Amino acid sequence: MTAAIFVGVYLMAVLYIGIFAFRRAGHRAGGHAAEDFFLAGRSIGGFVFLFSLFGTHMTAFAILGSSGHAFSNGIVTYGLMASSSALIVPLLLLTLGTRLWSVGRRFGHFTPVQIFRDRWECNHTGTLIFLLQATLLLPYILIGMIGGGTVLRTLSGGTIPYWAGSALVAMVIMSYVIFGGMRGTAWVNTFQTLLFLSFGAVAVVVIGRGMGGFEQAVTSMLADPMLSPLLTRERIPTAVFFSYTFMPLSAIAFPHISIFCMTAKKMTQFKRTVILYPVCILLIWLPCVFLGVAANSAKDIPQIREKQSARALLASEAGRMPPETLRQVRARASGDDVLVLLLNHYAPVWLAGLLGAGIMAAVMASDSQILALSTMFTEDIFAWYGHAERHGEQAQILTGRIFIFVVTALAYIIALRVPAGIFELAGQYAFAGFSALVPLFAGALYWRGSTKLGALASTLWVLATVLGIAWFQVATPAPQGPPVTYLSLGGVALLQRTATGTAVAGFLPVLPMTVVSALLMFCVSLVTPKPSLATIGRYFPERP
Amino acid sequence: MVTFTHNTMDARGALLAALTLILFLLHQDYWNWRTAYPLIFGYLPIGLAYHAMYTIGAAVWMAVLVKVAWPSQLDKSPDEERGA
Repeated sequence: MTAAIFVGVYLMAVLYIGIFAFRRAGHRAGGHAAEDFFLAGRSIGGFVFLFSLFGTHMTAFAILGSSGHAFSNGIVTYGLMASSSALIVPLLLLTLGTRLWSVGRRFGHFTPVQIFRDRWECNHTGTLIFLLQATLLLPYILIGMIGGGTVLRTLSGGTIPYWAGSALVAMVIMSYVIFGGMRGTAWVNTFQTLLFLSFGAVAVVVIGRGMGGFEQAVTSMLADPMLSPLLTRERIPTAVFFSYTFMPLSAIAFPHISIFCMTAKKMTQFKRTVILYPVCILLIWLPCVFLGVAANSAKDIPQIREKQSARALLASEAGRMPPETLRQVRARASGDDVLVLLLNHYAPVWLAGLLGAGIMAAVMASDSQILALSTMFTEDIFAWYGHAERHGEQAQILTGRIFIFVVTALAYIIALRVPAGIFELAGQYAFAGFSALVPLFAGALYWRGSTKLGALASTLWVLATVLGIAWFQVATPAPQGPPVTYLSLGGVALLQRTATGTAVAGFLPVLPMTVVSALLMFCVSLVTPKPSLATIGRYFPERP
Repeated sequence: MVTFTHNTMDARGALLAALTLILFLLHQDYWNWRTAYPLIFGYLPIGLAYHAMYTIGAAVWMAVLVKVAWPSQLDKSPDEERGA
């Protein structure tokens, strides 16, 4: 319960930051009210830009999911999700983020779709991209909402029920996003990031001491044949590991990241962010992954022993279990709460509470996604179809605020009614979908020859593959053992259903989706009419 | 200072791109796949320690790119960019 009190204090602090940002905005809006609300008046400073961008990108998965994944899969988690992001994400910020900032400032754009419409002189293609981006973003908003409710329930020992925890998180997020807009969201994200970055360091020290040192923990794992593979990567196929390096491409195509790139006051603020981004990744992911793996040696925690028994049962009996039993055993083996269990067992009560607030900070990442969705709706739909011109900027902001209220309320209602697993599955497709949209950004910002039909072909491909894979995974049962092949050519398994998803020629779908999307963008653009020279000239001024 | 024009990269740009590709490929450390040894600091398995070092290497490489390949032309107005 103490932890829940700390979390309550944390939620009040977050609310205060949002309201403070609202009062600050009142003095600064001037004649650019929409720009001030949706982009913080393009005035975000270097410190807030780095930490808010990082906090915006790192969802609940960075803390709870990473340690849970590492508990079940071992050290591979870091290489799969953290070190690849450490190279790809800052590279994207340097190459595409700075260009988004530049064209946003020069032409007054707020969203990527505005850039695409202007750059390729298109209308409906932009609307289609908006619909695709919005659909792919929804699962993330819902996962955040579900995560908030679950964490509050766990931290309060069940005193705060799931419905009340989710409602509380939804109301806090809604309040500071509606009042504070981008400025409030950026400040809250900075506060959250600082909190969960310090969480990692403190958690390692406290839990390490509690476990009697990590050397002993690792040595005992190496001596156990069931646990020692978790300290290598022998259980993960190399093709799957390679496929994962395509996942971080999604970062720049996420609307909340690409829109955030346009909020920086100066372009030089990208410099510090690009350099320090990998360091931030190291600070949060390394402790969480290592603690997740080391949790396997904490045999003095009964819940962890129970998880390991469930895991052993899955390894030996999964193929013979009825679906409902299988689902229950999988839920028992899940490691998403191992970090909370370690904290509750090894940390003093007050510190566990403080660290619980750090965990809460990580799961409340839905704010920037809700704001991004609202910005996209008001700019790409409301303003584009003439309403902003007719009713003015204040009406545009009011529309944005009403949209935030409606989206948050809907997300809460859905989060109460639908099992979390469905959204996790949807999130899996969404990641691949956003990665496969990156050729649109590269084409628009780097290639004079790109066209709206190239962009349309790429977008339709992404839409078709996301829907196709979703259908395939619903229509075919997940095998409990080795992958089942549904399509092969010349002895090569082209399409397989695996225990956790789909494989295409042994790779995750994200790889072929992204490569084909890039090829379509390139080939279709080569043979279709270009935008006017005047438009191309605005985006690519000739040098003397 | 390397200048990336909109369609072409100069030789130094190509070199930087090639080095970035090598760094990308170094992520696939197949040689550490099936072993936990050596344990760095006595408890970090080599597969994890390698990727922690890789992350630091990425930060260092980003510092180099920011230094030598910063797209400063994007910070200028269109007239400045044309050299007017």
